[in-house]
Amino acid sequence: MLLKVENLRSFFFLDEGILRAVDDISFHVNEEETVALVGESGCGKTIAALSLIDLIPSPGRVVKGKVYFNGQDLLKLSAEHMRRIRGKMIGFVFQEPSMALNPVFTVGYQIAEVLRLHMGMGVKEAERETIRLLGETGIPEPEKRFKAYPFELSGGMQQRALIALAVSCHPRLLIADEPTTALDVTVQVGIIDLLRHLQKLYDMAILLITHDLGVVAEMADRIMVMYTGKIVENAPAVDIFKEPKHPYTKGLLGSIPKLGKGSKNPLQGIPGAVPDFLDLPPGCTFHPRCELGDRDCRKKFPKLFAVDYVRHSACYKYYKV
Amino acid sequence: MKRKNRFKKLILFGALVLPGSGHLLFKKNTKLGIHVLLGSTVVALLLIFRWDRFVHTFQSRAFDDWLALIFIFLSWSAMVFISVKHTYESLIEKIKKPKIKTPLVLASRRFKENKLAVISLYVICIFYIIAILAPFLATHDPSAIENVLETRYQSPSWEHPFGTDEYGRDLYSRALYGARVSLSVGLLAVLIAITIGTLYGSVAGYFGGFIDSLMMRFVDVFIAFPTFFLLLMLVGVFEASIVAMILILGLTSWPGTARFIRGEVLSLKEKQFTEAARAIGLPHRTIILRHLIPNGISPVLVSAAMMVSSMIYSEAGLSFLGIGIRPPTPTWGNMMSAGRDALLVAWWVALFPGGILAATMLSFNLLADGLRDAFDPKVLMRRFL
Amino acid sequence: MWRHILKRLAQAIPLTWGILTITFFISHMAPGDPMDMYLEEQRQRQVAPEIIELLRQKYGLDLPIHIQYVKWLGNVVKGDFGESFRYRRPVLDLIAERIPYTLQLTLLALLFSTSLGIIIGIVSAVKQYSALDKSVTLGSLIIYSIPGFWMALMLVLVFSVYLGWLPTSQTRSMDYEFFSLGGKILDRLWHLILPVFVLGIGSAAHKARYVRNRLLEVLNEEYILSARARGLREKMVIFKHALRNAMIPLVTILGLHLPALLSGSVLIESIFAWPGMGTLAVGAVGGRDYPVMMATLMISAVLTIVGNLLADITYVALDPRVSYEKKKPV
Repeated sequence: MLLKVENLRSFFFLDEGILRAVDDISFHVNEEETVALVGESGCGKTIAALSLIDLIPSPGRVVKGKVYFNGQDLLKLSAEHMRRIRGKMIGFVFQEPSMALNPVFTVGYQIAEVLRLHMGMGVKEAERETIRLLGETGIPEPEKRFKAYPFELSGGMQQRALIALAVSCHPRLLIADEPTTALDVTVQVGIIDLLRHLQKLYDMAILLITHDLGVVAEMADRIMVMYTGKIVENAPAVDIFKEPKHPYTKGLLGSIPKLGKGSKNPLQGIPGAVPDFLDLPPGCTFHPRCELGDRDCRKKFPKLFAVDYVRHSACYKYYKV
Repeated sequence: MKRKNRFKKLILFGALVLPGSGHLLFKKNTKLGIHVLLGSTVVALLLIFRWDRFVHTFQSRAFDDWLALIFIFLSWSAMVFISVKHTYESLIEKIKKPKIKTPLVLASRRFKENKLAVISLYVICIFYIIAILAPFLATHDPSAIENVLETRYQSPSWEHPFGTDEYGRDLYSRALYGARVSLSVGLLAVLIAITIGTLYGSVAGYFGGFIDSLMMRFVDVFIAFPTFFLLLMLVGVFEASIVAMILILGLTSWPGTARFIRGEVLSLKEKQFTEAARAIGLPHRTIILRHLIPNGISPVLVSAAMMVSSMIYSEAGLSFLGIGIRPPTPTWGNMMSAGRDALLVAWWVALFPGGILAATMLSFNLLADGLRDAFDPKVLMRRFL
Repeated sequence: MWRHILKRLAQAIPLTWGILTITFFISHMAPGDPMDMYLEEQRQRQVAPEIIELLRQKYGLDLPIHIQYVKWLGNVVKGDFGESFRYRRPVLDLIAERIPYTLQLTLLALLFSTSLGIIIGIVSAVKQYSALDKSVTLGSLIIYSIPGFWMALMLVLVFSVYLGWLPTSQTRSMDYEFFSLGGKILDRLWHLILPVFVLGIGSAAHKARYVRNRLLEVLNEEYILSARARGLREKMVIFKHALRNAMIPLVTILGLHLPALLSGSVLIESIFAWPGMGTLAVGAVGGRDYPVMMATLMISAVLTIVGNLLADITYVALDPRVSYEKKKPV
């Protein structure tokens, strides 16, 4: 197991109250595996990702839990040690490439900077490697792009450059936070292919965070569904799509428009709305919107029951789904 | 029934005699009640201790005195009115209307939470009230010169809280009258500046293109002059009376406001409500006056508060140099000039007027800060998730 | 980039013309003849009318106004600002004598305020919410609000009158002539301390606030999070990535502060008896010396324009986004 997360909790301490962005989640990622963390916007998945590398902006912080990476608990490391792991062992790809690149430095400079820092390369060597990386991520004329500023590149190329930046030091784990969300659909395909290509090339594991089930279907080996800061289902991708074992997952899948047979049926949404984090329903936070919900669900949030050896679902009534 | 009626009459009587008491008794609108009570107490004390001056003003012809008198009369009437109205209302049950959350209401709520800003607003209001009531609060005639040799350069004491100047005049009273000059100049000049500036700038921004460039060229030239040098020139050309000062200050500051609001209007122009207004066929005048200006006005108000501060400073500075308002009319600036000459002998002459000037400027700047935070809380918001 | 510079230079020319024109018209808006006003001020009404007429002819005041304007404009472009009524010397000479002193004060104050402001701003932003930060935020507002000339008087009171540490006024001591070269330099510097401090401290407070706010803004940007996520050292993140972005607009602020400093120098020069343009201008106003008044106004405005131009060019040089405005994404 490359990454093992146990009972991770990250809270935001606001004037209005404590916001439990990540409330006791546990999961693992194996080497060279692609695991998707899925959920609607605002369910806490980005915070979960940032918690892994301890970069939550204040007033939030990781409150409890263990994050084992290569056997070490990252949360117990010194700040300096953690800093050395970031970028070198764990890469991070951000959602908006135009915002994630420093506008006053050239693209090449930013990549070379990381290479010189983590890999100890000299200036010339870093430049060569950067140009090679840019080419590898599918950017045409990489020598020219080396000297380009981020705003000179199109959205797709910016994302490729950002990916190049993230994989430059051959990290073991790549965390990709909504890598395709800000891009046109036609460009998305290229990015997905690129990620898959790089994964095979560098033997990386990928933690993919997204709300786009289409991307998940293309890439993920396993899927974890998040709702209001908790993981509600955890299963191999195939199983989730074929036979979801949690009402929320079922609702999410049901809301995907289908072409062909059944396309005349109206879209199935999930009734109600995502609750405010500061005012969550008691017990299972989904139960007010759940068709199977009843009074038992209100007592305590269900733990992850084992549906079978590899599947878990946080629902008292999973057998009915 | 009878008991209630008598009770009512008693309360109404109390409200007339000492406005504000009714509020506290019935625990309604207590905040307002405390203010009114304080106000009426102060006025009452003033009348009691300064009865002689009060009588004097009836006979005097001076504008200052009449202004103070009218102010007291009006504020007393207002306080009685408020007191009676609310006391009466508290005896009858009234259905409360829910308050609509307009942006103005939201902003004022945010403002009230900022203690420093609220304090500065109070201080400013108190300063203005003190300035208006100067005839009643002054202990001596500001221009009275008596036995100079005996009274000159006396250090601060009970009789002369701020000491005396080189002619033996009481500095405290002079400072009070000086406040009238400075505060009124500041306020009026800013009103002129933001009125002209807002209209000019919004017209330029709205019509854009050639008209905008032309209008802004003129503004750019004005802005290129360092303020003080321009003021020096203007004061040198025209005689510096109070009215001239107000006009000069106002007419040199409007370009800054114009530039400012032009920027706002330019960005508001792109928003959809402008398009919508034009689609309905509203005339330009209406769009500018009723839609663009009210939306873009908040930063102008913030800068207006800061402008009052800088205008009071400019007036004081010019008077300090001897080319602004000249003695014997007291203004903080020329008092400090005298203080500078006497620095080695009588430090108080420079300290007190300047200190009050600093306090006034500080209050207006704090107010501007508070207004800025109230209108634009973006600065406090942080992104997460 | 060069194209941008040329464009700005070209814009500065009509601006300068506008300044000259407005200066001329303001000074001639006086309700009365400039020569009459001058003589009245000098209480020389007893001067014979023929002499007055001669004087007016000498200064060209008998010509119609538009001809005066054209003549004057022509002269100014050649560098001839006329002759001072009061000193009977070419105005240009007077200004040339005094400008170095004003520039000394103003430029040193700019340097002082910028360095102090940046340092305090950075420390304040990095240690956000600490006691230091809160006191800086409030303190800078207070300092910025205190009128400069009052602060000068108070500081002179404390440091010169009571403590005797610093001189009360002038650019050099009375026995300056007897100092060695090193002594002379030190004496000059010693006399510069108070004026530069008072002139620059308000601007420093403003800059500190600005730098702090801007830096905090930048630190919340996504690319800073991205930089940290790459494992860059915190010092690098703040001083290289964040600061670069935060500082660029500061150049514009510097340009805005220059006219404020020039304005402020008028009062400071008066208090410290500094022989600069400010005291010249004040004297000219008091004595109704119109040629000098006009010249000082113009020169100060031109200095402002030059300052803004420099600031603008520096901004373009620092921010890659501006010069590439017209380019399409590659």
